[in-house]
Amino acid sequence: MLTKRVKISNIFVHLFLWIGIVFVAFPFLWMILSSFKSLPDFYQFGLLPEKLDISSYKYIFAETEYVRWYANSFLIAVTVTITNLLFCGLIGYTFAKFDFKGKRIWFVVILSTMMIPTEMLVIPWYVISSELNWIDSYWGIMFPGIIEAFGVFLMRQFFSGVPNDTLDAARIDGMGEFRIWWKIAMPQVKAALSALGILTFLGNWNAYLWPVIVTTTSDMRTLPVGISLYGTSDAGGIQWNTIMGMSTLAVVPMIIVFLIFQTRIVEGISLTGGK
Amino acid sequence: MRIEKLVTALMIVLVLLLAGCKSDEASSDSDEVTITYWQYTFPAKVEEIARLIEKFEEENPGIKVEAQDFPYDQYNDKITAAMHANKAPDILNIYYGWIPNFVKLDYIQPIPEDFMSTEEIEDYYLPMIQTSKFDDKYYTLPTAVRSLALFWNKELFEEAGLDPEQPPVTWDELVDNGIKTTIRDGDRYEQAGFAWNISAQGQHVIPQVLLRQYGIEPYSEDQLTVQWNEKPQGVDAFKFWIDMTTDHKIGDADFMDTPVTSFSSGRTAMVIDGSFNISAYKENADFDWGVTTLPVLEEGGLESNFGSYWTNAITKDVSGEKLEAVQKFLEFLISEETQRDWLENVGELPAAASLAEDEDIKSDPIYAVFLEGLEVAHATPFVHEEKERDIVINAVEKVTLHNTDVEEAFNQMVEELQEVRDEFYDD
Amino acid sequence: MGQKNKAGFFSRIPMKLKTRQAIIAYLFLFIPILFFVGIRISPTLYAFSMSFTVRGEIGYTIENYVKLVSDEEFIRSIVNTLLYFIITVPIQLAIGLIIALAIERVNHFKWFYRIMFFLPYMTSIVAVSWVWRLMYDPHNGVLNQVLKFLHLPQQDWLSDPKQALLSVSAMLIWQMIGFSMLIFLAGLKGIPQQFYDAAKIDGASKWKMFWKITFPLLNPTIVFLTVIGAIQTLQIFTQIANLTGGSSGSLGGPLNSTSSIAVYMYKTGFREYNLEYASAITVVLFVLILIVTLIQLKVLNRSYEL
Repeated sequence: MLTKRVKISNIFVHLFLWIGIVFVAFPFLWMILSSFKSLPDFYQFGLLPEKLDISSYKYIFAETEYVRWYANSFLIAVTVTITNLLFCGLIGYTFAKFDFKGKRIWFVVILSTMMIPTEMLVIPWYVISSELNWIDSYWGIMFPGIIEAFGVFLMRQFFSGVPNDTLDAARIDGMGEFRIWWKIAMPQVKAALSALGILTFLGNWNAYLWPVIVTTTSDMRTLPVGISLYGTSDAGGIQWNTIMGMSTLAVVPMIIVFLIFQTRIVEGISLTGGK
Repeated sequence: MRIEKLVTALMIVLVLLLAGCKSDEASSDSDEVTITYWQYTFPAKVEEIARLIEKFEEENPGIKVEAQDFPYDQYNDKITAAMHANKAPDILNIYYGWIPNFVKLDYIQPIPEDFMSTEEIEDYYLPMIQTSKFDDKYYTLPTAVRSLALFWNKELFEEAGLDPEQPPVTWDELVDNGIKTTIRDGDRYEQAGFAWNISAQGQHVIPQVLLRQYGIEPYSEDQLTVQWNEKPQGVDAFKFWIDMTTDHKIGDADFMDTPVTSFSSGRTAMVIDGSFNISAYKENADFDWGVTTLPVLEEGGLESNFGSYWTNAITKDVSGEKLEAVQKFLEFLISEETQRDWLENVGELPAAASLAEDEDIKSDPIYAVFLEGLEVAHATPFVHEEKERDIVINAVEKVTLHNTDVEEAFNQMVEELQEVRDEFYDD
Repeated sequence: MGQKNKAGFFSRIPMKLKTRQAIIAYLFLFIPILFFVGIRISPTLYAFSMSFTVRGEIGYTIENYVKLVSDEEFIRSIVNTLLYFIITVPIQLAIGLIIALAIERVNHFKWFYRIMFFLPYMTSIVAVSWVWRLMYDPHNGVLNQVLKFLHLPQQDWLSDPKQALLSVSAMLIWQMIGFSMLIFLAGLKGIPQQFYDAAKIDGASKWKMFWKITFPLLNPTIVFLTVIGAIQTLQIFTQIANLTGGSSGSLGGPLNSTSSIAVYMYKTGFREYNLEYASAITVVLFVLILIVTLIQLKVLNRSYEL
C-alpha cells in the first residue's frame, strides 16, 4: 500500500514538472523553430515554419566566421573555468576553514567587487589592456574573469558545511595544508564545484560586454559578440533567422558541459571524507 | 602530485597565451603608413569598405588601411573606452548627431582648411550637411546621405478596395487610406493601416516634415533656439501625428515590434522609413510594394523631408605623415566615384550636390523617390541626440499612455529641448 | 614537492595555532588578493574618484551628488531597481527550491528535468528577448491570444507603464529559475542522508523533515542565493536593454517605467557622454548593494559567523 501511494504521488510530481517545462521551454522552442525559417516566413511570427528552410544555417557556415568564434569562446570558457575552480576552491576554503585577522574585511572586500556594474569597469580595464598590449588577445578577453568573487562566495558557503574533524584528523596525520585542501576538502564539495563549473563556463560562454570592447578584429571575437553583429542596427534590418540559428547552435556545448558536470551533482559527496 | 602537474600545465597555457597572442605586432614596412578606420557593423557597409580599401591601397602603395567594425549598440562604448586609453583609430565613422559632443569631448579635430576649406565643403555637398557646421567649422565629411519616403503595400491596398497604384499624396489621404486598411478587434490590431511610431522615424517626421509644413521653422538660424511652439500651429502639427494613433487608430507603436517588422510581415499597409532600409524590405517583404515621396498637407503644398547621415571624422591626435594618409583616404572616400559605388552596394544616396541630378541614379524608380526627398531634406541640428530623442518620445508617450493634455506635453517638451541646448552651449 | 616541506617547516617551529593559521591563510590568499586589488578594486576606486569631478573643471566637487538628489529620473530608477529585487528574488528562490525538491523526489528522467529547467539560463539573451517581445505584443502576441481564448481582458504588457516592470520581471524569473534550481540541487546533495534516516526512525513526517532538516541545513545555500540574487538584480541591465531598447524602442521605457540604476548609469555615461555623473550613480548603486548585502548576511546567516 505504501509503495502504491508513493507511485501515485510520484506521478503527480512528474505531472507538475511537465507543466513547468511547458512554460519554461516554450520561448526556447520558438527560438529553435524560428531558426528554420526564411526571413519572410520569420516575419509571419508563427510558431511553426511554413516550410523547413535551412538558409540561415547555410549562411552561418558559409558567410560568417561562426566556427572561429565558436572555437574562441570554447577555449576561453574552458580556461577560465579551470582557473576559477582552482582559485575559488582555494579561497573559499580559506575563508570557511581558517581563522585569521582581517578575514571579515577581506571577505566583504572580495564580495564587494561584484557590486560594480561591468559597464563601469570596462574603461579602466581597457586602459590597463592597452598599456600592457593585451587588446585583441585571448588573455585580454580572459583576464578580468580569472577569479570571480561569485565563485569564492559559493565555495565558502559550501566549505562551511564540511565538518572540521576530517580535516583535523589529516592534520594530526601530518598532512600538509595544501594537500589537506586538495585531497580531503575539495572532494567533499564536488557537487558545488560542479555547479561552479557549469556556471563559470556558461558565464564566459555568454559573456558579451567586455569581449566586445576588448576585441577589434573578427578573428578574436567570441560567439556572443559575433551574434550581436547581426542583431544590432541603427535602423532595424536585422537578420533574425540568422541570430536564432546562431543562438540555437550556441546552446549545444552548454548542454554537453551540463550533462558532464551534472552527474557529479547527482553523485553528491562521500561522507567518509579522505580515506 | 597530480595537483602540481595541473597547476604547471595551467601556468604554461597562460604564459603561452600571453606571449602568443600579440606577437605579430610590428611587421609592416617602415616606409608604409597604416591608418585605422572604425565604423559600426552594418554588413553592407563593412563589405563595401573592404572593397574600397582594396582599391585605395592599389592606387596608394605607401598607405595601408585597416578597417574595424563593432556592433551598433556598443559602438559608443568602444569609442569612449578607446579615447580614454588614447588608443583611438585615425578615422571614425559617426552619426552626424554625435558631432557636437565629440567636438566638446575633444575626440575629433576640424577638417584641415588646406585640405578642404569651409567654402569648398559647402560647394561640394548638398545644403543639408550645413547643419553639422559647428563653431563655424566642419569636423566631418560624409560619403552618403539618407532621406525618408513612404512605403506602401499594394496587396493590402487592393484588399481594402483602394487603387494599389495610388499611394496617398496628402496626410489626410494617408489617414483615410490608413483607416480603410486597418482591421481591429476592439483595441487590438489585426492589421494596421500605418506603422505609426515615435521612436523610429516619427520623432524626425514631426519637426522636419510636419512642423515645417505647418509653417514653422523648427530651429532658429543660429541653432540656439527651439522654435517648435513659436506659432500656435506647432501644437497642431504635434497633435496631428498623435491623433493618428489615439483618434484615427490607424496604427500603434507596439504592433509587431518595429516598423520594419510590422511592414515586412505584410500586416501593415504603410510605413515611413529611410533609404537605409530599402535592402531590408527587398529581402524581407514577400509581397508587392511601392515607394513614394512623403505626404504633404494639401496637393501642391510644401514638401519636406528629414535627411541624416553617417560621416567621417579625423580623431584628435592624428598629425604629420598619418594625417596626410588620412586625408588621401578621405579624399578617396568622398569622391563622386566612391559615392556612386556606395549607392550601388549600400543603398545610401550620394552626398555630393553634383550627383543630385544624376540621370543614371534617377532612372531607378526607388532611388529616384529618395533623391527627390533629398532636395527638400533638412537635418536636425542635434546637440545631444540621445537626450533629445528621449524627450520627444517621453512627451508623446505621456499623451498616449498617461492621457496628458497635448498642449501641456508639447510645451514641456519644447522647454526641455531648449534646456538641453542651453546646457550644452553654456559651457 | 614543496607543500609537504612547507607544512613540515611550519609545524616544526613552535608557534600559536592562530598565528600558523593566519600565515597559511594569507599564503593561500596572496595571489587572489593581488588580483582583486589590481583588476577590480583599483578600477572601482578610479570610478569613485571620477565621481567627484566635473568635466572641464579642475579639482574635486560634490556637484554630481547634489544633482543626483534632485534627479527625478534617478530616483525613479532606484525605486524600480528595488522593485525588481523585491519581486524577482523571493519568487525565483521559491520556484527554484520547489523544482529542485521535485526533481530530487522522482526516480526517472532526473537529468532531463534538470536540463529543461536550466535551458533558459543557458540561452543567449538577445535571441530569447526577441521571443519574449513577440509574446508580449499587445495586439497579436501569444499571451494575449491565450487571454482572449480564455475570455479574459487582454493586457498591454511591456507597453503599459504600469505593467512593464512586472513583464520584465517575469522574464527575469523565467531565466533565473534554472540558476536557483542548480544551486539548490547542489545544496540538497550536501545534506547527509543519515539525518533523514534518523528522522525516519523517529517517525517524522515528510513535512516535518523538510522544516527540521532540509530547510535549516540549506541555510548556506539560501544565504548564497539571496545575496547573489541581490547583487545581480540590483545591477540588472542586459534584460531591460534587450526587452525595451533597440532602434525602435526606448531603453528603460515606456516613460522610464522599466529603467534601473544600471540602465540610467549606462545612458548617462555612454549615450550622453557624462562619465563623471555616471560614476556618481555607480557609487550610489555600490553603496546600495553593499548595504543590502550586509543586512542579508546579518539577518540570514544563522549558523556561520561572518
